[in-house]
Amino acid sequence: MSGAELIAIALVLPVATAVLVALFGRRPNSREGATLLGAVALFATVLALLTQVLGGAAPALPLIEIVPGLTIAFAIEPLGMLFAVIASGLWIVNSLYSIGYMRANGEQRQTVFYVCFALAIAATMGIAFSGNLFTLFLFYEVLTLVTYPLVTHSRTAEAKAAGRLYLLLLLGASTLLLLPAVAWTGIAAGTLDFANGGILAGKLAPAAMGLLLALFIFGIAKAAVMPMHFWLPAAMVAPTPVSALLHAVAVVKAGVFFIVKVVVFVFGIDTLRETGAGDWLVYVAGFTVITASLVALRQDHLKRRLAYSTISQLSYVVLGASLFTPLAIVGAVMHIAAHAVSKITLFFAAGSLHTAAHIDHVSEMDGIGYRMPWTMGAFAVGALSMIGVPLTAGFLGKWFMLVGAGGHAQWFAVGVIVLSTMLNAGYFLPVIYRAFRRPAKAEADGHGHDEAHSGEAPWPMVVALVTTAILTVGLFFFPGVPLTLAQMLTAG
Amino acid sequence: MIDVFSELASHYNQYITVFLMVAGLYIVIARGNMVKKLVGLSLFQTSVYLLYISPAKIVGGTAPIVDPRFAVYSNPLPHVLILTAIVVGIATLALGLALVVRINEAYGSIEEDEIFERDQDH
Amino acid sequence: MLQHLPVLQVMVPLFGALVAALSRRPGPSWLVMTAASWIALAISVTLMHQVLTGGVISYHIGGWDPSLGIEYRVDVFSALILVLVSGIAAVSAPFAHRSVASEIPEDRIAWFYTMYLLALTGLLGIAITGDAFNAFVFLEVSSLSSYALIALGRDRRALVAAYQYLILGTIGATFYVIGVGFLYVTTGTLNLGLIGERLAAVESTRPVLTALAFITVGISLKLALFPLHVWLPNAYAYAPSTATVFLAATATKVAIYLFVRYLFTVFGDRFVFAELPIQQVLIVLSVAAIFGAGAVAIFQSDVKRMFAYSSVAQIGYITLGIAIATQTGLTGGIVHVINHGLIKGALFMALGAVALQVRHCHIEELAGLGQKMPLTMSALVVAGLGLIGVPGTVGFISKWYLIVASFEVGWWWLAVLIVASSLLTVVYVGRVVEAVWFREPSEVARGAREAPLSMLIPMWLLAGATVFFGIDANLTAGIAAKAAAALLGSPG
Repeated sequence: MSGAELIAIALVLPVATAVLVALFGRRPNSREGATLLGAVALFATVLALLTQVLGGAAPALPLIEIVPGLTIAFAIEPLGMLFAVIASGLWIVNSLYSIGYMRANGEQRQTVFYVCFALAIAATMGIAFSGNLFTLFLFYEVLTLVTYPLVTHSRTAEAKAAGRLYLLLLLGASTLLLLPAVAWTGIAAGTLDFANGGILAGKLAPAAMGLLLALFIFGIAKAAVMPMHFWLPAAMVAPTPVSALLHAVAVVKAGVFFIVKVVVFVFGIDTLRETGAGDWLVYVAGFTVITASLVALRQDHLKRRLAYSTISQLSYVVLGASLFTPLAIVGAVMHIAAHAVSKITLFFAAGSLHTAAHIDHVSEMDGIGYRMPWTMGAFAVGALSMIGVPLTAGFLGKWFMLVGAGGHAQWFAVGVIVLSTMLNAGYFLPVIYRAFRRPAKAEADGHGHDEAHSGEAPWPMVVALVTTAILTVGLFFFPGVPLTLAQMLTAG
Repeated sequence: MIDVFSELASHYNQYITVFLMVAGLYIVIARGNMVKKLVGLSLFQTSVYLLYISPAKIVGGTAPIVDPRFAVYSNPLPHVLILTAIVVGIATLALGLALVVRINEAYGSIEEDEIFERDQDH
Repeated sequence: MLQHLPVLQVMVPLFGALVAALSRRPGPSWLVMTAASWIALAISVTLMHQVLTGGVISYHIGGWDPSLGIEYRVDVFSALILVLVSGIAAVSAPFAHRSVASEIPEDRIAWFYTMYLLALTGLLGIAITGDAFNAFVFLEVSSLSSYALIALGRDRRALVAAYQYLILGTIGATFYVIGVGFLYVTTGTLNLGLIGERLAAVESTRPVLTALAFITVGISLKLALFPLHVWLPNAYAYAPSTATVFLAATATKVAIYLFVRYLFTVFGDRFVFAELPIQQVLIVLSVAAIFGAGAVAIFQSDVKRMFAYSSVAQIGYITLGIAIATQTGLTGGIVHVINHGLIKGALFMALGAVALQVRHCHIEELAGLGQKMPLTMSALVVAGLGLIGVPGTVGFISKWYLIVASFEVGWWWLAVLIVASSLLTVVYVGRVVEAVWFREPSEVARGAREAPLSMLIPMWLLAGATVFFGIDANLTAGIAAKAAAALLGSPG
């Protein structure tokens, strides 16, 4: 099959899955089967594309010209390929987890949930495979709209308020900042197509270029660079599978993907480094990294702590990109992959704690590790990866970034990475300690679960989180695919 | 001084037109009674008829019927246009008055402020 | 037959009105209305095709030369408006069947359709005529029948709204006639094209400027340009649903057509913008309309009134495009004429379907309607997204052109204002969407059932069009661009 056909399949498949899920709404098992089938089929398609890209091909699919100057076109390059692999692969795991979570918690409106999930993945594929700024912007907006019902899923007043903030902040940033940036780029560069090395070289004065970059960075609110981060902790009110999707697979990754794509394919690393238009970015990113980590230290609600950790980790990627050197970019890209698998593990564990033990706060977690060893074991792996301990995936990203930064005497960046690593340890290690060292508190009431069970979460959830934990470690030993793609990106 | 008066005298048709126009508009704006507003509107529209017709009379021109004895005729076209405009004006007035009748049935009043109050209570 | 199409375009609905008035009973009069509007649509599409392939069509009524008689002149812009108006009428015909039957007493239904067809005649006549006074006649035909249409609404406030519209509309039309009078006195002809040519030779510009001022104000009253818009919210809110659908999508658009015709073809934009500060005034008023009306819309609890204020804001976008008066700007304004017609048509149809079962369109009564009328409310969401200007919908196309036009003339602050205003739209559309989809059904909503097919199909036809022409805008934007080029290049 040609690359273009595979791209088309990859885009249509999640939408078709959404339709099937909607049709099977009354039959939960068929419905869940449709989701899993769609996810596996999508991953297979993406893998087929991956083999082509690793072989040096660049599949493309121009679709339609809306008006002269605006086209919807798809073109795969290494960064987008990596994003697609992560998203489609983790969709399978996330679906498995969702089945366990939604059934165990007796959640309402499950069909709407799975439909919106599938559509969100479709939008993510559109983002990953986009061939020009307009297509990327289009699917980026679609993603916001499609995930809104997921955020407000529980329909409580808190959920609706969070949904309003989510929509207003994301749509507001993209309408006020991102859209003018896209229009300005189109006019200055004469085109919206992506090109490795950028399309703006010599087209704008350095000050204007810096302003344009700022419009992009703050307009892409999904990357949660401060102060555009408020939506993220608020969205924690959503069910955990949604948080896992938002914080590992689709939404935030779409944000940082967009930023890296803009840095490499719209501005060009060399242009930014030589004109100095992006020199301010490393400070903004560094600020977010440190500040978010400091706030995370003070959060007792587990998911909120993980949310601020995510904000901090996302700005790692921005930090790496802001150094404008190939090695640092490689580190940033590796960190996209590492953070995805690690964070999803952490969120899976948090959801597992919520479901099986009704625990939402760190202060309630004393001794839980003995009753839920798989969950907390996976949590520990994910946490160590976030800290950047060798033998976990998180180490690789940070290592490349440190080397890239140090090699160019970017001492601020080095300092930020070192300091934040210590802060990460500061808010993750106590959690693990509490879980395993402190004596267990009085038994929490088993809410209809078999007392014969070990107190663990339902098996789909456990399988899911163990799988991602293994991936977290596995990525350290077998970094082949992300590393190759990252190197192809910076070499091109 | 004489010049001003002769100015006024020679353009008296236009001054009358403007007076009627402004008077009509004033009534529409200043009066709250719906029928009075319609009267003002008609006055305003009448001024427009004058605006068209008075320039149609050419100085030294005769009635617009072709006759070999005359070379200069008054312009008949504005009269035709104004016939149309008069019809439109009548239709507007009729529709407006019909609405006022229905409003009176529904509200029991044709004063704008009273109607406004009665709607507020709803 | 084919060469008489221009006059048939007006004659068919006119005679249809007559037959409908004579037919007295609801069923036959509806059939007449449907037949007349569909035939009118066929004629306008044929005319459009003729214009695109063969150039401007000039039809001399009675064989009289244009300087003496009335000429019907069809160019690309006129054909566009003809297709829009007749298209909306044709699509509303099936919709009207149930809607009118439920809202209007049986003995008046035939009169309703008579007035409807008269309004259609008037609007089509304005778009097709090339004579200034003939335009006045058709203007009044359409206005008077609109007053009657609005007065047929269920609520007694419809009567007051119709009365207020009558007063203001007549003042507007009379101002227009005063302007035409001055033009006649200075040029000696009533033919629009000929006036345009002869104005260049006129020495004393004071009567010409007076004419321009009166015509501008007169048409602005019909167009509902801020602050002359006060008649619109009540008129649209209390009119019968079918009347609102038709008027909201067409009446103000035809006034815009007339405005553009005078600005560009008769007076010539170079003269207009040089002699009077019309460009600055238009820009200020447009921005005031967009923000003012948008802000007021947010606080409305009657959803029909909310979208009526939204119409005032959207008209601001169109006049903004006209004021920028470059190829891109004018294209943006003209394409928004079409796009807004489609969006508001779909929106008010959805509200009309709601009104079938729920007497008032209060936001409280609409709560939870998404569960009972999912197809209708989905159409509402799709049209609402178009109103916001999400990429992939027609609203985005218009906004894109306007933003690019602003950048092109160096008014980047205007681009910022345009994008900022979208956020206001997000708020009020979001309010409706949240109430409809994310709340528990209200008392009245619980008894609601899905709209009948005769309403659903037209609604989805229009809503689908808002997405279709957002993805493939070559038809709409292409024709708009041609129209803009013809207007900007015309002499005068």
